[in-house]
Amino acid sequence: MKRVLEAEIQKRLKQFELQVRFTAGQGRLGILGPSGCGKSMTLKAIAGIVKPDRGKILLRSLEHDMEHVLYDSAKRIYECPQKRRVGYLFQNYALFPNMTVEQNICAGLGKGGKKEPVREIIRRFGLEGLENQYPKRLSGGQQQRVALARCLVYHPQVLLLDEPFAAMDTFLRERLRLELAGVLRDYDGVSILVTHDRDEAFQLCENLLLMNRGKIIAAGPTREVFANPSTVEAARLTGCKNISKIKRLGSYKVKALDWGGLELTTAREVEADIDCIGIRAHDFEPLSAEDAAWIKEKGNLIFVEEPEVSEMPFEWHVTLKNGIWWKREKNNHIHDSRAAVPDYLLVKPSAILLLKSLKEEKCTCIF
Amino acid sequence: MDWSPVWISVRTASVSIMITFLLGILAAWLVISIRSQKVQIILDGLFTLPLVLPPTVAGFFLLSLFGVKRPLGQFFLHYFGVKIAFSWSATVIAAVVMSFPLMYRSARGAFEQVDENLVEAARTLGMSEWSIFRKVLFANAIQGIVGGGVLAFARALGEFGATAMIAGNIAGKTRTLPMAIYSEVAAGNMETAYGYVVIIVAVAFLSVALMNLVVFFEKKRFL
Repeated sequence: MKRVLEAEIQKRLKQFELQVRFTAGQGRLGILGPSGCGKSMTLKAIAGIVKPDRGKILLRSLEHDMEHVLYDSAKRIYECPQKRRVGYLFQNYALFPNMTVEQNICAGLGKGGKKEPVREIIRRFGLEGLENQYPKRLSGGQQQRVALARCLVYHPQVLLLDEPFAAMDTFLRERLRLELAGVLRDYDGVSILVTHDRDEAFQLCENLLLMNRGKIIAAGPTREVFANPSTVEAARLTGCKNISKIKRLGSYKVKALDWGGLELTTAREVEADIDCIGIRAHDFEPLSAEDAAWIKEKGNLIFVEEPEVSEMPFEWHVTLKNGIWWKREKNNHIHDSRAAVPDYLLVKPSAILLLKSLKEEKCTCIF
Repeated sequence: MDWSPVWISVRTASVSIMITFLLGILAAWLVISIRSQKVQIILDGLFTLPLVLPPTVAGFFLLSLFGVKRPLGQFFLHYFGVKIAFSWSATVIAAVVMSFPLMYRSARGAFEQVDENLVEAARTLGMSEWSIFRKVLFANAIQGIVGGGVLAFARALGEFGATAMIAGNIAGKTRTLPMAIYSEVAAGNMETAYGYVVIIVAVAFLSVALMNLVVFFEKKRFL
């Protein structure tokens, strides 16, 4: 059954006010933001673990004209978590240490729980043979699968994933991201994933909310949010390393004040309210002096002056004198940094992100 | 040596630990379930009071509740025909009241040690509050609870001040081991006093050893 979750949540927190409004339907919704921005709190409000001060949370069925109101401050409705049928995958998985794998999975089913679906999900999640183990004996990945099986065995209407990979080391993380995506392919309810990891959000979520200090600062299909973050905050959150204040010189021309007054040509028109630009560290092209001579638009050519180079396993990180960061893919076996640094860097006009530095911006988003 | 103080003490401590165990755990559950911080602080203060008051003062309060002419004493005498003060049941009441704070505080600490996410996860899985209490909170706090139980038992066994106030020191009736030791020393019978001391030390030591054993096996279970 196709469902849509509509949430409007307001809650006063210690540091700031959480104030979000969004809709999650088909395709996983990601919420990306730095730690402590209120994203976990948002999930907890949906699950009924914390009570918002104001707002409305409801599930709408698309095929039948039905509504399931989980919370509505105006109508004084507050359904307890037990009745919501919202699955919550905790960061630390929250497996009951005193119960075996099978007992953990059965915990929510009560005495009348049938054995068949439990056996079926144990098989589907590749947990056969571990039924009688206690969680402490399991690896991080196995624990995650048990926690997920425990959520899914009672067919939740909504599945909330709270930083599912935060507790793992990098090596495991990348493999388990694929594994999770595979396991969740059959799940047809609403699913929301909260993370502070850009790669995770990009890889696993079709739609994305960017959140900072309790507010949604950008929203849309994941690729669009990354391609055009539109505000400085959003650009930073999606990993843009180079951001500069500008002086607008013309409809397609700006002066980057933080990069030694570099003049750049943009592909999109610079509107009057644009006051910053961003360039992703990967979006520069290296050019030798001879090749640079052929370029007509000299403005977008940056002379590489006093570069500082640091070597990463698969990339060179180059910092120029004017503060620009450049990341270059590395040929794995060449460790000579001189080969990595060209005479010039070229910025394509289309690679320049036009940004607003507006601080307070309310954002409503419907997918 | 008169063995009656030994039996009285063992009976008193055993009956009172059962009551204290139940009440202490329920009180701890109540306090951690209460949302309001103010109410929490007030209840916590009330439940801990017997631990910080001088035992004679606690006994004084008990006496003024359960005395024959006092409200609760009157109630029991009138409806059940039992006199509480200076009877064996008074030793139990004194032991329960004095050992209760230890049980309550240990249980509360043990409950608070249980990862809050476990309780929240249980709620989202649809488990009722009662089964969360049994299968999640209690089951994962069992070590601390057992520890608290042993402490409370030892405290009940050693109870002196409040017992003296409300139950008195009636040989063969309310004379518990600590009372007997006091009486024998006062009468100059050091030999008998030594005997009682050895018994009380042995019982106290045994119960602590038993507790450690339980905790040891409990730790191994979930690995």
